Amino acid sequence: MRTVDTINQLLAQLPVGLSIGAVLLLAALGLNFTFGQMGVINMAHGELIMVGAYTAFVAQAWVGLPSSYALLVALPAAFAVTGLLGLALEAGLIRHFYGRPLDTLLLTFGIGLVLQQLARDVFGAPNVSVPAPPWLAGGLTVAGMHLPYARLFILALAAACVAATAYYLSRSRSGRRMRAVIHNRDLAAVSGIAVRRVDAATFFLGSGLAGVAGVALTLIGPTGPTTGTNYIVDAFLVVVVGGLGQLRGTVLAAFALGLLNAMVEPWSGASLAKVVVFAAIIVFLQLRPQGMFTVRTRALT
Amino acid sequence: MITVRRGGVAVSLLAAAALMLSGCSGGTADDSEDTVKVGMLHSLSGTMAISEVTVRDAVKLAIDEINADGGVLGRQIEPIEEDGASEPAVFAEKAEKLLQSDGVATVFGGWTSASRQAMLPVFEGNNGLLWYPVQYEGLESSPNIVYTGATTNQQIIPALDYLREQGYTKLYLVGSDYVFPRTANQIITAYAKAHDMEIVAEEYTPLGHTEYSTIANAIASSDADAVFNTLNGDSNVSFFQQLRSAGVGPEDVPVLSVSVAEEEVGGIGTDNIAGHLVAWNYYQTTDTPANAEFVAAFQEAYGEDRVTSDPMQSAYNAVYLWKAAVEKAGSFEVDAVREALDGITLDAPEGTITIDGATQHVYKIARIGQIGEDGLITEVWNSGEPIKPDPYLEGYDWAADL
Repeated sequence: MRTVDTINQLLAQLPVGLSIGAVLLLAALGLNFTFGQMGVINMAHGELIMVGAYTAFVAQAWVGLPSSYALLVALPAAFAVTGLLGLALEAGLIRHFYGRPLDTLLLTFGIGLVLQQLARDVFGAPNVSVPAPPWLAGGLTVAGMHLPYARLFILALAAACVAATAYYLSRSRSGRRMRAVIHNRDLAAVSGIAVRRVDAATFFLGSGLAGVAGVALTLIGPTGPTTGTNYIVDAFLVVVVGGLGQLRGTVLAAFALGLLNAMVEPWSGASLAKVVVFAAIIVFLQLRPQGMFTVRTRALT
Repeated sequence: MITVRRGGVAVSLLAAAALMLSGCSGGTADDSEDTVKVGMLHSLSGTMAISEVTVRDAVKLAIDEINADGGVLGRQIEPIEEDGASEPAVFAEKAEKLLQSDGVATVFGGWTSASRQAMLPVFEGNNGLLWYPVQYEGLESSPNIVYTGATTNQQIIPALDYLREQGYTKLYLVGSDYVFPRTANQIITAYAKAHDMEIVAEEYTPLGHTEYSTIANAIASSDADAVFNTLNGDSNVSFFQQLRSAGVGPEDVPVLSVSVAEEEVGGIGTDNIAGHLVAWNYYQTTDTPANAEFVAAFQEAYGEDRVTSDPMQSAYNAVYLWKAAVEKAGSFEVDAVREALDGITLDAPEGTITIDGATQHVYKIARIGQIGEDGLITEVWNSGEPIKPDPYLEGYDWAADL
């Protein structure tokens, strides 16, 4: 009887874990490019998420789109806005700091603070409200489990983003160039690939994905100048646990951490669940410092 | 060698004497006869800036009004602003600076209990006077602090009385993991035990937590008939959004919050929180002549879209209470002002308030409000009479063990 109860409770937490995983995945997907692939310790990633969230706000409150489809318009708009912002940061600042990881850390941290203050000046310090589309309000109940539509939407969006990036990396010419540069930058350069242009494209893609995440996160969390700081640490954890620059690693790590969190929380409470997840990550990284997957590379570094 | 040293000692002695002199003259009053310096110490940056900037605006409004009206004892108030930066250590450091090098007559500021507790030894050590405007967890009464927000018996206990009157007996407790929610929940648990109420669960989440699926589902599937919410800050946004997604509405399980005011409702989204309850001592809609003036003056100064909230109002009152105490004492001296505090009354926006000299807290009417579709809060219940502040809950038998 007891074990049946426990198993039922674990099963009931399954959708919760998946939806936490989907949020982690969306937040970390862009970072997988800027940090994972390019090695830029991008502390401003959270603020790019924040800019994406504000794009959803602007689409509704300033442009005046009705909430029924403003979200759908905001997704590509946020991708473009944060992508271009990332591109500008890369071209104007970050590019000058390649190969100096500690300086990049400080630089991007500073960029993050500047962006937070900009948001405060433009939109005010209090959180703003981004009403969810009416069709995402309720949820459906399957076998006694309640699945909110907002969570299902985030899950679907995360899946779509992963599918699109996977397709881009493996099928398109520019995606293959991107992978070539990661595997062996010098060899890619002598083969005629414009590595500088690939760097810029990678940063554009990673930043744009952060924007998409920002729009989706308005469905479940606050939209304010410090929105990004809520997600940045988790995003880094996912990328590091998954293995730098590994798409499948990021996906697996996000869902693993989400499920672990959801399974532990009913017994331990939210604070301790976080501790358990951190402890598990520390143990895992002790055993496997390189993360779940590593790039097989000929580079000696 | 020796003479040089002697010279050095003499110089430093002179410097010390000069410092002491300037400290003495600054400590009591300003050198120039037409102004009096007061400190404003709020977080203008960092995570608490969202809330504390609104309080700063209210204090500034009161100072401007008093100055336009001729000042205090014929002197214009000269505010000196410092940024607490959401860090308790910075609050302590800036408080020290305001008291020692600026020689302010009094300080208005603080929001989190951590910042208040960090400033407390500074104010006690320098014999300063701090006006603290936010409801808090009680169990404190310093001769160097005046608490113009509610203590627990003016907010949490009336809220529990209200829930019990409405027939809610099974409470689900959700709070952020720090001192105020934990103390509040201790009081709630003791109250429940004494009044035949049941605590279904008690959950804490870290500050800034955004994942409430598990708790929302647990509330949905529990037999709790009301939630007592002591979450602070951004977490409220996620909590209410995800509670609604889980299919729990105010008609099923009402949530009574003690840290959600008008300012936060906008960010949470009215469609997520409309119909739920809050407990404070003041709402923007509170119907008093003083409040009509306060809201009009505030919106004229800062914009039509701005809202007023309980902590803002308590901070605004603090400046007027200080003015009344100074005028009663006929002096800006801290000890004289403290002597004068007892019994000072003010027709405040929240109604008539009176300082209780023994605890340096304020008599206040408790009010339960319901959040409306327009984001404003309407009162559904009040305590009628102003409640005597009782920070140590000495007047409650069931609270003897706390």
